[in-house]
Amino acid sequence: MSTQTPKSSNPASSSILSKLPPLTILGPLAALLLSIIFFSLQSDRFLAGRNFSLIVQQVMVVGVLAIGQTLVVLTGGIDLSNGMVMALGQVVMTKFAMDFGMPPYLAILCGLLVTMGFGFLNGLLITRINLPPFIVTLGTLNIAFAITQIYSKAQTVSNLPDSMLLLGETFKIGETAINYGSVLMLLLFLFVWFVLRDTAPGRHVYAVGNNAEAARLNGIPSKRVLLIIYTLAGLMYGIAALLLVARTSVGDPNAGQTENLESITAVVLGGTSLFGGRGNVLGTLIGALIVGVFRNGLTLIGVSSVYQILITGILVILAVTTDQLSRRKG
Amino acid sequence: MTTSSPTPVLAARGLTKRYGQVTALDGADFELLPGEILAVIGDNGAGKSTLIKALSGALVPDSGEIKLDGKAVHFKSPSDARKAGIETVYQDLAVAPAMTIAENLFLGREIKRGGLLGKLHVINKKQMLDEAVKYMQELKIGIRSMKQAVETLSGGQRQGVAVARSAAFAKHVVILDEPTAALGVKESGMVLDLIRRVRDRGLPVILISHNMPHVFEISDRIHIQRLGRRAALVNTKDITMPDAVAIMTGAKTI
Ligand SMILES: Nc1ncnc2c1ncn2[C@@H]1O[C@H](COP(=O)(O)OP(=O)(O)OP(=O)(O)O)[C@@H](O)[C@H]1O
Ligand SMILES: [Mg+2]
Repeated sequence: MSTQTPKSSNPASSSILSKLPPLTILGPLAALLLSIIFFSLQSDRFLAGRNFSLIVQQVMVVGVLAIGQTLVVLTGGIDLSNGMVMALGQVVMTKFAMDFGMPPYLAILCGLLVTMGFGFLNGLLITRINLPPFIVTLGTLNIAFAITQIYSKAQTVSNLPDSMLLLGETFKIGETAINYGSVLMLLLFLFVWFVLRDTAPGRHVYAVGNNAEAARLNGIPSKRVLLIIYTLAGLMYGIAALLLVARTSVGDPNAGQTENLESITAVVLGGTSLFGGRGNVLGTLIGALIVGVFRNGLTLIGVSSVYQILITGILVILAVTTDQLSRRKG
Repeated sequence: MTTSSPTPVLAARGLTKRYGQVTALDGADFELLPGEILAVIGDNGAGKSTLIKALSGALVPDSGEIKLDGKAVHFKSPSDARKAGIETVYQDLAVAPAMTIAENLFLGREIKRGGLLGKLHVINKKQMLDEAVKYMQELKIGIRSMKQAVETLSGGQRQGVAVARSAAFAKHVVILDEPTAALGVKESGMVLDLIRRVRDRGLPVILISHNMPHVFEISDRIHIQRLGRRAALVNTKDITMPDAVAIMTGAKTI
């Protein structure tokens, strides 16, 4: 999956190869196409346009979570807290709107601030006290979960104002209904992809992930980059919370239980290395789509959800193994 | 010691740095004169790398003072020293392996696009690539593509990239921590040539090396570091190789 871009052996081949997308994208893309072909052979309902827009809708929450996860993984970190932070953001948004009668946009802003606050806290603990991301986010995972349960009294928040659900509404292209949330997700992917690829701060994220000390010696404030990245990841989790609210029409304190592993799966399937410094957020989009296609396809052919979890687990291990093996070679 | 010398470009007095129980620098003095090649020699662990890290802002010494052109400076970070025109090749090279040669040359000082895009920190990849080709050609480092990831290079080529980076950007001082350590005879010769060319541009060079023939071939003066201090500072032509080694190991003092 995350194989190296081919070395240029002679000028002619290098000029052709450099025009192709790198292998890191082609691998996941091939896997996505193969799984699509597989499921369309299994079920004739799979290839319908309606089913496709459904897959994208199902993917949008995990997709946006996985954008944040990609940012973190590119720096060489990992975020285990994102599903729970999203759940908290969701409960804050909906309860602030319902309990305090806050205008929806203000309630949403509060939710985003809470998720960003958690990201900032993660970043602070990682950069100031030099704690490993794994442990820090394992801790904040539990904190966010507990706060969510305590604050919501484990009650689902419903009867939300329509204006909170705007992103769940759809428009039609031909026969296919597409919701605004999916479009937002795609725009976010494109935006983050551009920033990472073509701006100096984006390149600094890669530099820090490659070698934080080397980045620092070259004048890049590594710790500040990390702090900003964890905070921006928190913002993504807040947006994911908003998308989840829009899709389900409720604030669900029990949301976010499986989304964390799914976001990591999407990142890894997309060819981003868990060792940091290599990878690409468009790969993550493809990875998220692979997860979505499997979910949807397996449901269509009647595989029960426990087996889906089993398959997700196997997919992650496979992807990480590929990452590790290709690294050893390189 | 030279008499009534000009104002040193870079000078330090009484630098100390402790890591827990280890005293890496124990009141080290330092002096670099305009236009000279100053070799810094010393046994493993003598504090050579720690000394130059203090001079390049990579670490803040526990005590002591540093002067640049006679004025006290307090570098808080490597970028402070870079802004003052001090470029450093660190012993472990400080490169980002998965990034391209061009990106590594411009790490932390990417060339931005013009106008609004530049204000948004959008980088100019084409110009970075072109300039990278230019620098590497000047150094006669035969690397085919600047789009190659640094991790695909040999150890010596990586060292070439790191040296090229410092030589290209230095305005004031170049510091090289064992720049020929991984190099073959031919490549070492190229780096030594490069050091002379930098000096001919009027920039003083600090060269840390364990290679005595190189040190005696190229340096004007030698700073001998021992147990975290400067044991001696001598004109290269006034000392023999065996004497320098004797001072370095403590067999002899002056
Ligand atoms: N980051 C650090 N943490 C702890 N101890 C350190 C650190 N950096 C250096 N030291 C210690 O400080 C002492 C001086 O190290 P330094 O790297 O300056 O030596 P050196 O003269 O450059 O040696 P070499 O020739 O092997 O490069 C050594 O004893 C080393 O173990
Ligand atoms: Mg050293």
